Amino acid sequence: MTRMPRTKNTKNNEQVAAQVNFLDEDATATKVEDTPPLFSTGRGLTEDIVRAISRAKDEPAWMLAQRLRAFHIYERMAQPGFGPDLSGLDLDRMRYYEKSTDRPVRDWADVPAAIKDAFEQMGVPQAERKYLAGASAQYESEVVYGHLKDEIDRLGIVFTSMDQALREHEDLVHQYFGTLVPPNDNKYAALNAAVWSGGTFLYVPAGVYLDTPLQAFFRINAENMGQFERTLIIVEPGAHVNYVEGCTAPTYSSDSLHAAVVEVFVKHDAYARYTTIQNWSNNVYSLETKRASAAAGATMEWVDGNLGSKVTMKYPSVYLNGEGARGTMLSIAVAGHGVVLDSGARMIHNAPNTSSSIISKSIAKDGGATDYRGTIRFGPHARGAFAHVECDTILMDEQSRSNTIPINEIHTSDVTMEHEAKVSKVSEAQLYYLMSRGLTEQKATEMIIMGFVEPFAKELPMEYAVELNRLIGMSMAGSVG
Amino acid sequence: MTTLAVRDLHVAVHSDDEHKEILRGVNLTIRSGEVHAIMGPNGTGKSTLSETIMGNPNYEVRSGDITLDGTSILDWSVDQRARAGLFLAMQYPPAIAGITNAEFIRAAVNSRRGDDDQVPVVQFLQDLDANLAKLKMPEDMADRYLNAGFSGGEKKKNEILQLLMIKPALAILDEIDSGLDIDALRIVAAGVNSMRSANFASLIITHYQRLLNYIVPDVVHVMKDGRIIESGGPELAKSLEHTGYEQLSEADNG
Repeated sequence: MTRMPRTKNTKNNEQVAAQVNFLDEDATATKVEDTPPLFSTGRGLTEDIVRAISRAKDEPAWMLAQRLRAFHIYERMAQPGFGPDLSGLDLDRMRYYEKSTDRPVRDWADVPAAIKDAFEQMGVPQAERKYLAGASAQYESEVVYGHLKDEIDRLGIVFTSMDQALREHEDLVHQYFGTLVPPNDNKYAALNAAVWSGGTFLYVPAGVYLDTPLQAFFRINAENMGQFERTLIIVEPGAHVNYVEGCTAPTYSSDSLHAAVVEVFVKHDAYARYTTIQNWSNNVYSLETKRASAAAGATMEWVDGNLGSKVTMKYPSVYLNGEGARGTMLSIAVAGHGVVLDSGARMIHNAPNTSSSIISKSIAKDGGATDYRGTIRFGPHARGAFAHVECDTILMDEQSRSNTIPINEIHTSDVTMEHEAKVSKVSEAQLYYLMSRGLTEQKATEMIIMGFVEPFAKELPMEYAVELNRLIGMSMAGSVG
Repeated sequence: MTTLAVRDLHVAVHSDDEHKEILRGVNLTIRSGEVHAIMGPNGTGKSTLSETIMGNPNYEVRSGDITLDGTSILDWSVDQRARAGLFLAMQYPPAIAGITNAEFIRAAVNSRRGDDDQVPVVQFLQDLDANLAKLKMPEDMADRYLNAGFSGGEKKKNEILQLLMIKPALAILDEIDSGLDIDALRIVAAGVNSMRSANFASLIITHYQRLLNYIVPDVVHVMKDGRIIESGGPELAKSLEHTGYEQLSEADNG
């Protein structure tokens, strides 16, 4: 972690392989240490609790008003009318706001021992532990991001937590918050708007080009690694930015809910990439709303990896609102026993000559389910638009399943659309070939799977590629023979 | 020292509805230091013999035995056989996207070393570069995905590259000459010859005598209708070139 990795690592496999061993030394089964929260609103949700959250954060009146409006919408709205069964989700038993420490942690010595222990058990590298522990202001961890902070400041980029942004950049937050994902979009977007806490705020001024990925490594039981993160990214005209987040959740004793909302505004001729890897523990419902708007000539890229959870519903979207705007989605989903990953993307073509690409790769094993659910909409003004969708699935055994559910809405004639879907098994011929060189069946299978996800992995910063390979390696172990 | 022995081997193909026997009583013994060649027309069971020795699950041994240093390997999985020293350069190696050639070969090399004795990356890359140069393969072959988009000749060279890197005790080369031009054939043959030593044995499967001008075998076998019908020195291959396989019949086996 002494240097900032670049985004593209097309030939990093050798290095990744070397680092995987290093990470594995620490990778023992994760056992959760309970860190007693210093402030909690208890279980369930009422208007008083929403007020208490806002009061605890000392928020401006308009934010409280938005929270209350969202809360009333949340109360009225029904569950989503499609997708996985959410009946196991007991919303009355959820805790909606907890604060594990009073103030943002700056000093490693001040980090509660239980959190340090949890990092130890998760095998998080030393430098990253400090960063994680100090994450309330991500860039303030001098060990890792000191030099990056100087560059960010020099360029006029604002990269901070949402809570801090609301205090320090209230006008910007007020102008954009909830305009792309309004509370009435869906029940969990409304819930998030009512009880949000934590998340990232990123503002990139016009023309600023930052190649180094900005990273936030979230974990669910620290203050602003909450269940209801709210992320707002504004990329002004001609700017270029690359944001990366990852989540590794320790196991919880009761079902928990992660309902994040992400809004990304990509102005004309700007570029934004948003990379996520999530590995929720197998009792987490991850119900996220991620949406971006792309103005004329702008590019928005989602890179999204999902390896865990009990149920995930996530369909990042790009509203292609300006002529020539481009949107892409590259995703990988790995579903093991008891896991339902219902994910995909939505590309909404609202302007001429817009283009989009969705590449969805998934692996289902031990009875897991990976469903692709995607929407391509060509609006009446989308003449000359182009969309490409590619779904590629490997089923590791007979118990696992996968469905492809594409929804295409076409309101104009002059458009082009491609759709390919493929479901396959690990090839016998490939297995035989690798095994004939001495690799065990498990190692050979793992390699073939790594090859399958490689188009995704190569788009990740180095340490995320390492983490992804390690997680997939671990989830493949024991799935063979 | 390694001795591979094939005893009265009868083999059928699993996917074949009729379960017709392809091998009908093959006997063969190969010792370290020896290079054997098997020649014969198409469809006589040469590739079936190679695949069966390697342990391809699509072939079913009906009777007979295959032993390595006296121990039967029929119950061994493919990877066990590989780690015990067997190697098969395949006629049609499959392509695997997303895995680089270098990554694959390193995993293969490491699969026969202990967890605390994995080959250091730098040493591996030096060794790989040296062998790429020996086979006149461009260095970027190491970074390309395994066999993906390789020409026929590149695939054959890549099989030999693996042979040189893995250094098995016994290598079966299944029609390694097919699809190679004369220059490539020379290079591949030189690569195989560089492996020859008192600790290395090889079984070369070919239709044509041409390859055997470059890799001169110690023993030549002629196979027809699922049996070895004649064995002899390198001169047998040369005489076959004149007479052709048609002249041979099972009666010659006498």
